[in-house]
Amino acid sequence: MKRTFVDLHLRVNPKDTQATRRVIEKAAKLGYTAISIPFCGQLEEDQTRALKATCVEVGLDFVVRADFKPRNQEDLMRFLRKARRKVEVICIFCDNKEIARQAAKDHRVDLINFQSIDYRKRFFDGAEAELASCSQTALEVNIKPLLMLEGPPRVRLLSSLRREVVLAREFRVPVVLSSGVCETSLMRMPRDMASLAYLFGLNETEALDAVSSNPMAIVQRNREKLDAAFVAPGIRLVKEGKQD
Amino acid sequence: MKRVKRRYLAVQLDCDGVPAERDFLDAVWASFTRLYGEVGASQSGLALVSFDVERKVAVVRVSLECLPFLRASLAAVTSVAGLSVALHVLAVSGTLKALFSNF
Repeated sequence: MKRTFVDLHLRVNPKDTQATRRVIEKAAKLGYTAISIPFCGQLEEDQTRALKATCVEVGLDFVVRADFKPRNQEDLMRFLRKARRKVEVICIFCDNKEIARQAAKDHRVDLINFQSIDYRKRFFDGAEAELASCSQTALEVNIKPLLMLEGPPRVRLLSSLRREVVLAREFRVPVVLSSGVCETSLMRMPRDMASLAYLFGLNETEALDAVSSNPMAIVQRNREKLDAAFVAPGIRLVKEGKQD
Repeated sequence: MKRVKRRYLAVQLDCDGVPAERDFLDAVWASFTRLYGEVGASQSGLALVSFDVERKVAVVRVSLECLPFLRASLAAVTSVAGLSVALHVLAVSGTLKALFSNF
């Protein structure tokens, strides 16, 4: 079956319509079928609608995603309560261990992302992987730092990523590969993006899954949950009875 | 002696201007060497077969064993001679004839 490719992290400002349009058109040209431009602050219905319309014009599927960098656990809980029923994908940027553990444990979180290139601030260890595995939370890896960094910082980042990939494989945590770029010159074709994952130990199938089936599975699972007919996992409203 | 299996890649240069053939090859070599070292690069058998300035498409040759390494190196290229560039692999093939019929 033909693979469909997804880039869940295109970091453009949705208010900058020209740049957003350029990025969306480029993504369609490069062969993606679904993309996401994350909202970091308040989710605005008008912007979402406009982005969806632009994506439909070029034949793309737009995924509504919210990113959040919580300061503490309460902050995270407040955000999840508020956003979970409104967006299709939630990504949490983990700045400290407490947040990382809570995000990995919570089944409402879809993706955990470690932005720091310092290995001491990347908290994806065995315990984290086990928690993420139980709650079906995926590990998101952005390729932008791999393109921008050079020399020892890139070596250290690759070393950290290689360790994280080994743990993810051991605990069956899905890995999602996203671009994390804000300009078109850094965007890559899906297979080229997957080939960058060879650098930190993913094999060909795993790398392709990380840009296709893994992110698509998250989107489909959440769309099903947000559907009006959804009752509980495995239970759907098929037909409503008439009142006498 | 065992015959070396090769693969040919058609690479699209995504940039505003057109870099020189030499600069393109230097950028690919530099990226390969940075990622896999000089020993790795020496085993790749990397060579430029053709460079179409009008279509901005280059054809490069590499040994089959080093194909994933080259793909990663091509994806990691961000500039050629100071020009912001993205390299996209359009097609991979075992023969030049099949490659040119593919894209």
